[in-house]
Amino acid sequence: MSIAQTDVLIVGAGPAGLASAIQLKRQGVARVTVVDREPEAGGMPRLCHHTGFGVWDFHRLYTGPQYARRYVALARELDVELLTETTIIGWHSERALTFTSPRGLGAIEARAILLATGVRERPRAARLVPGYRPRGVFTTGSLQRFVDEEHLPVGRRAVIVGAEGVSLSAFMTLTGAGVAVAAMITEFPRDQLYFPYAPAKWWLMHVRHPTPIRTSTRVTRILGRKRVEGVEVESLSTGQRQVIPCDTVVFTGDWIPEYEVARKGELTMDAGTKGPRVDGQFRTSAPGVFAAGNLLRGAETAATSAMEGRFAAGHIADFLAGRAWPRRRLPILPQSPIIWVFPNTISDSDDPTRLKRVTFRVAKFIDDAVVQVRQGHKVLHEQRFRHLLPNETMGMKGNWLARVDFNGDPPQVILAG
Amino acid sequence: MQKTYDVAIIGAGAVGTAIARELSRYKLNTILLEAKPDVGMGTTKANTAIWHTGFDAQPGTLEAQLLRRSYALMQDYVPEAGIPTEPLGGLLVAWNEEQRQALPALRDRAHANGVTDVRIISPEEVYRLEPNLNQGARGGLFVPGESLICPFTLPLAFATQALLNGVTLKLNFPVQNVRQGEGVTLVEGPEETVRARYLVNAAGLYSDEIDHMLGHYDFTVTPRRGELIVYDKFARSLVNHIILPVPTAKTKGVLISPTVYGNVLLGPTAEDLEDKTNTATSEAGLAMLLEKGRAILPRLLDEEVTATYAGLRAATEHKDYQIRLHGDQRYVCVGGIRSTGVSAAMGIAEYVGELLAEAGLTLLPKPEFKTIRMPNIGEAGPRPYQQPERIAQNPDYGRMVCHCEKVSLGEILDAIHSPLPARTLDGLRRRTRAMQGRCQGFNCQAHITAILARETGQSPRFLLSLDVAKELPS
Ligand SMILES: Cc1cc2nc3c(=O)[nH]c(=O)nc-3n(C[C@H](O)[C@H](O)[C@H](O)COP(=O)(O)OP(=O)(O)OC[C@H]3O[C@@H](n4cnc5c(N)ncnc54)[C@H](O)[C@@H]3O)c2cc1C
Ligand SMILES: Cc1cc2nc3c(=O)[nH]c(=O)nc-3n(C[C@H](O)[C@H](O)[C@H](O)COP(=O)(O)OP(=O)(O)OC[C@H]3O[C@@H](n4cnc5c(N)ncnc54)[C@H](O)[C@@H]3O)c2cc1C
Repeated sequence: MSIAQTDVLIVGAGPAGLASAIQLKRQGVARVTVVDREPEAGGMPRLCHHTGFGVWDFHRLYTGPQYARRYVALARELDVELLTETTIIGWHSERALTFTSPRGLGAIEARAILLATGVRERPRAARLVPGYRPRGVFTTGSLQRFVDEEHLPVGRRAVIVGAEGVSLSAFMTLTGAGVAVAAMITEFPRDQLYFPYAPAKWWLMHVRHPTPIRTSTRVTRILGRKRVEGVEVESLSTGQRQVIPCDTVVFTGDWIPEYEVARKGELTMDAGTKGPRVDGQFRTSAPGVFAAGNLLRGAETAATSAMEGRFAAGHIADFLAGRAWPRRRLPILPQSPIIWVFPNTISDSDDPTRLKRVTFRVAKFIDDAVVQVRQGHKVLHEQRFRHLLPNETMGMKGNWLARVDFNGDPPQVILAG
Repeated sequence: MQKTYDVAIIGAGAVGTAIARELSRYKLNTILLEAKPDVGMGTTKANTAIWHTGFDAQPGTLEAQLLRRSYALMQDYVPEAGIPTEPLGGLLVAWNEEQRQALPALRDRAHANGVTDVRIISPEEVYRLEPNLNQGARGGLFVPGESLICPFTLPLAFATQALLNGVTLKLNFPVQNVRQGEGVTLVEGPEETVRARYLVNAAGLYSDEIDHMLGHYDFTVTPRRGELIVYDKFARSLVNHIILPVPTAKTKGVLISPTVYGNVLLGPTAEDLEDKTNTATSEAGLAMLLEKGRAILPRLLDEEVTATYAGLRAATEHKDYQIRLHGDQRYVCVGGIRSTGVSAAMGIAEYVGELLAEAGLTLLPKPEFKTIRMPNIGEAGPRPYQQPERIAQNPDYGRMVCHCEKVSLGEILDAIHSPLPARTLDGLRRRTRAMQGRCQGFNCQAHITAILARETGQSPRFLLSLDVAKELPS
């Protein structure tokens, strides 16, 4: 097998991977290679044919494909090597990955590797929704590929499972394709279409296509044999069940990081995010291997992923310039109902003063909450929140990271009281 | 005058296709009739995919005898035709004293069935073989010969070889009635009647109904549903063998087994139903499986679920296969192939050939019996994406369409243009594994639908069953 050489190998040409490659080039790294398994670079935004991208990174409002093209063009201008139709299939050595492609198999060895492989949505089967296996069951991702990439018909009347940002994305795709939306369903007592989605929700779901959002409701069964004929839903408050007739169901959100490459490399994974554990400098448990973007913790906006990619680039450049890999790492462990914390590792060589914010997610709506960080019996940090919201990334101060004792137990992030 | 076939076979599951293949070695005109749009779409596609030795069959039954015979025949056929398989061995685990005490009888039964390498092992050895097993195993029975097999490729291989050797296959041919004429049997479909001198009924769940059409009421099929959960490939390293429970009279019980595709199966349940088409999964069934899975291999439940499905066993009121020759009618009934039919199909086919000969059918071997080789979709052998020579010949083998299962465009096109071509998304799934992976089509389903529509000239609306959708209230 031929082994190519590069300085930084980036897996995934989405916003995180491309933003990182661009920044690495700007910081003077000579050879940056980005591989992607898709025929075109750009990642997930290529498939989101609606607006809402680019405000943070380009100070302009773009559609997903425009935004993706902008990143690809920038990367090309800066001589980033872009290899599409190139699927990473495993690890050749600690700092080299093997790939398959129409050009054959090979390996690429690098001084540093960045994994930016994105996420997927948890499909119906993984959610253990019983019933037959008829056609007409989608995730937002597959739906958008049907409609915008392949221009295929989807159905006439749909039910959307989930009521968060991506669910609204599915809503736009469906209504744009002429599919009526019978209802949006969420197990939570309220939808999670917070700012900046709230105005869009009002305009789209109240004014243009009035659509009920059924809260405290779960899907208990899919009906239909060849084609979906309806979904059975259960009210979590009354236990009552009811069938909503439809020929299409879209399961939205409920993200799982696309962790195949990370796990094949036996990187330490985080039970909360299901992505690789990284410290404040995006360093995984394997020396020279970094991770950024949605792979780390499920979907955020494209801008968040791009920003992480850019920050990671700075740390990668420092590593190439000789900054030592940390010797000691402690995981930061969330306790239910806190689902995950980010970063989920603290290293002895992190510079805690640079980490101003630690983010986290919770599993339900909680009012007047007190979040504590504890190490053993010591309370490192305590912060009050008027509201904690599910399916939304919350932020807390990061100054407590400086107080972590590396000889102690892993810090725990808990809901006090 | 319409053509009269020598033999008509009803049903193209593992059993019917194996019979068609077996008969295709002789100078005969054989026709295989299948109600569905593809072969292997009945119970054969929804089971636990284990190539059984027959160690636990009731000694002296036809099932025990044919399983043993089939095991020997498959030893040659599986490598010849390239059927994905993995010889992992089965490990039957006793979780309490009662089960532990049942082991010697099970071993003796295995030995009586001619499966002489079966042996009882200590709890220590159980944990050495399966370190991730839950606490509390009291001992086990090791069955080295139990293997994994690909239940998708097997009937496709049988049918493809049968076609190559001259058998006629009619898909979308639901047999609605059978009439007996002078020396000929008329097999009626909705639009056409097929004439044949001999008839084989391999209609699986419907074998009793076909039997009724010929005036026999020897057995009744009760569909016994088995639900299964498929776990992510990252669960594969947790399991080394086929982990079996101690069987009861009603069922082989819930097992945990790797698949040839590198996933892990948990199941099946066993529940008698009335509806022969009810292959839906149920809330109670899935909940029960999770509970069992947690008790056997707790870490399994930490991994993602890739798929769930249900299959229906053709159970009858009898304890054995219902294979009968009605010589006067030149008719062989092959019914009640309950829970071992994938493994026993080749043995059953050979036996059916003998029965037909007994009824007067002349079996003259052809000068040449053509062999075939199926595309490998198993993890034990090399897949196209791993083969530089193949990619060099045709770059489409390096062009990934389904990322989770690493299925290339080349394989998709091969399946669509094979001698027994894929015409549906399900057909592509079974031939290539595409869309069967952890994202369940998040990335590839749209693209594959478009390719299938383009290559076959079928409309996407049809492929997506949009035409059959009922009128919906607005
Ligand atoms: C349906 C949907 C709607 C969205 N709507 C919006 C929106 O309106 N506004 C917004 O800001 N954000 C939106 N997002 C989120 C945004 O798309 C993501 O945050 C962003 O794309 C994440 O960037 P990333 O680089 O981390 O991952 P991705 O963009 O997912 O890129 C990952 C890349 O890695 C590649 N890859 C994975 N594994 C391998 C491998 N083994 N070998 C080679 N390549 C590999 C993939 O092909 C992919 O191109 C949406 C996301 C989805 C799914
Ligand atoms: C949960 C479960 C687990 C199992 N596990 C295993 C295992 O691990 N190993 C093993 O060896 N076996 C196993 N089995 C059993 C095995 O799957 C069956 O014994 C085998 O598939 C039966 O094959 P068949 O050809 O008889 O039936 P089928 O595959 O059902 O084929 C019958 C065919 O006949 C067609 N047909 C029916 N009526 C008509 C008609 N009127 N006209 C035309 N065509 C018709 C049907 O469409 C169908 O294609 C399992 C079964 C189940 C349900």
